[in-house]
Amino acid sequence: MEKLNDFYEAVSDTNNYVRNLKTSGKKVLGYLCSYTPEEIIFAAGIHPVRLFGTVGNITLADAHLQSYACSLARGVLESALSGELDYLAGMVFPHTCDTIQRLSDIWRLNTKFGFFADVVLPVKLNTESAKEYMEDILQKFRSDLEEGMGVTITDRALEESIEKYNRIRGCLKTIYELHSTDPDILTGSDLHAIVKGSMIMDRDYLLERLPEIIEMLKERKPSTGTGRKRIIMVGSICDHPDVYTIIEKSGGVVVWDDLCTGSRYFEGLTGTEGNPVKAIASRYIERQICPAKHISNTARGDGIVEIVRKNNARGVIFLLLKFCDPHYFDYPYMKGFLDREDIPSILLEIEDQLPSEGQLMTRFETFIHML
Amino acid sequence: MTDTDKEKSSRKIKSVGKMKEIMTAYYIDAKTAEQTGKKVAWITSGGPVEPLIAMDVIPVYPENYGAMIGASKMGGDLCEKAEELGYSGDLCSYARADIVSSMVDGGPIGGLPKPDMLICCNNICGTVLKWYEIQARYYNVPLFIFDTPFCHTEYADESRRYVRKQIDEYANFLENACKKKFDYDRMKEVGRLSVEGQNLWQEVLDTAMNKPSPMTCFDAFFHLALIVTLRGTQIAVDYYRSLLEEMKQRVANGISAIPNERYRLLWDNLPIWYRVRWMSEKFAAHDACLVADTYTSAWCGQLKYMDEDNFLDSMAEAYTRIYLNIGVDEMIKIVLEMVDKYDVDGFVMHSNRSCKPYSLGQYDIQRAVQKERGIPSVMIESHMIDERSFSESQAETRIDAFMEMIKQKG
Repeated sequence: MEKLNDFYEAVSDTNNYVRNLKTSGKKVLGYLCSYTPEEIIFAAGIHPVRLFGTVGNITLADAHLQSYACSLARGVLESALSGELDYLAGMVFPHTCDTIQRLSDIWRLNTKFGFFADVVLPVKLNTESAKEYMEDILQKFRSDLEEGMGVTITDRALEESIEKYNRIRGCLKTIYELHSTDPDILTGSDLHAIVKGSMIMDRDYLLERLPEIIEMLKERKPSTGTGRKRIIMVGSICDHPDVYTIIEKSGGVVVWDDLCTGSRYFEGLTGTEGNPVKAIASRYIERQICPAKHISNTARGDGIVEIVRKNNARGVIFLLLKFCDPHYFDYPYMKGFLDREDIPSILLEIEDQLPSEGQLMTRFETFIHML
Repeated sequence: MTDTDKEKSSRKIKSVGKMKEIMTAYYIDAKTAEQTGKKVAWITSGGPVEPLIAMDVIPVYPENYGAMIGASKMGGDLCEKAEELGYSGDLCSYARADIVSSMVDGGPIGGLPKPDMLICCNNICGTVLKWYEIQARYYNVPLFIFDTPFCHTEYADESRRYVRKQIDEYANFLENACKKKFDYDRMKEVGRLSVEGQNLWQEVLDTAMNKPSPMTCFDAFFHLALIVTLRGTQIAVDYYRSLLEEMKQRVANGISAIPNERYRLLWDNLPIWYRVRWMSEKFAAHDACLVADTYTSAWCGQLKYMDEDNFLDSMAEAYTRIYLNIGVDEMIKIVLEMVDKYDVDGFVMHSNRSCKPYSLGQYDIQRAVQKERGIPSVMIESHMIDERSFSESQAETRIDAFMEMIKQKG
């Protein structure tokens, strides 16, 4: 879509985009996970940017991570060691999985970006003590950030930040909903650029642009329907806009997802009453869960069935990064829950690069014909 | 009996038989729990078992069973079945084998007794969380998660408060599961026995400081079973006391673990369970004794945080700061201390595809040991109980080249 050039530029050359932001006077902190308390970083006047890592040609990271670490961990470490993240003033690691946990150590011991913080969030989210700990640890991060970056984060600034993030997340959700209602108004690759761009671009700029995009989408003429099969995508990160295009060419369309770089990023708004840090903690507890955390034994299985129903979808594609333990442990049971409801699914294992288009087309076409 | 046989038999650790007896009795007890009306809890290897003992619940360790499956070379088959069920072959082989073993009553003792409850402590990895969720769905029993925040650089006050509260939650959970009051008096006694057992286990491991060493880490892998499964009982204390006696006697009589100890080595990570004997013979053939390891000492490495007079409080810290729940730089410190303590000439690292928290970071540890102590090291890759993943010829080549380096240095 022509009117999304700014998003495409930011996602295709993120380093260049963020370097320019830095030149204009912004400090930048990197992160990898949707449990990163961006609101706190933003309230400190710092620009949070999600990193996706170098694709292909891993050499420097090989000296620190075995081949059985996922491509995200290896790619991000490669980009840190190669110097291409020179614009970073620091890095924030919320506790996620075993691999990212060790990546954090390796990062701390082998890079020099200035600020560094582990935010060791609770792993279980279903008890009172875990909720209290979540608040405590976010509050600790707030002080660590104040001290480490030499800033003050007032409650007022936090409240403003939360309000802005709620608007950004609300806009992304609206765009997803408009697209789910009429998938022809926007290609999957456009939608990917918008959501990925929202984790990279200047947040105040997004606050102007996202509502414009919504207006533009609302003005589009409703399509007469192309009969494409409606699909849900599940996984951790999806940094492959091509995959959406290939699915579309194969007669399907992704109408919603359960991705860390998708709905898990924007689902759930933060409360605006009372203690702002407590409100951020509450959102993490209530939000759709990442498989590295625990809220109940069946939350993700029930969740995926509900997403399929709500979006009137026909099938599910699990797009999982090779070596991603939390997702691979959940896959058989989530598939089981879908099978029970007669919802077909397929698993696509990917590394940093997608298989060839021809190979993917064949797999997707076969699957989509079945639906 | 030939001379070699005689020689071998004189070197054999006598306590092995007793250990086998105790473990057999323990598994019979666990497998007949349904008849005797006792409750069974499955618990992770790094989990706080003492409250279970205090409540008369039989603790069962899927990881210990994983090791038995591996040693019986039954892991590959079970892991393959797990893959047929949709579990990726890149996942932890303990978890894969256990999940299938539950369904088919697999492994050397025909499966573990069904759990009445599950206790999952994530101080060893995030894998156990997913694994125990799977078992909680399969058996439909209550799951208690003991969440120990990772200590990258510190044990933060926030974590301290959180973990301490969970000890009370754990006691409540057990009261509900067992339908009786938590026995705080008994808990004190169990705590005391736990600390005593850990101290004795540390002393046993310490005997390897002797030159030649009376035991190898391969022996430690075997004798470890009780400090894992029966920590907090008199049985474990008595056993380790007699094992310690035997080790001291061996030292006094000049009985070494291998015939001609010329090189002393340190092992890192879990064992390659289906090649323990092969590995042990391979190194012995080079006159190299693996005198110590970072793995078996994990069950006594936190004694400095333990206070037997205030066990429940101190246990919170001790269980949170175990070897696998600390930063790579902390691990490096511990490894360097072991290099010095056991006076080793080389470092053998098992890059274990089944265990990311143990293995990712090993390259940094390896470089630090090389830089700080200048000793050679070698890395051998496998999945700890999935024998299909192991290349014996590759491991052999690497070990030979590594030993060549050590010999040239020495």
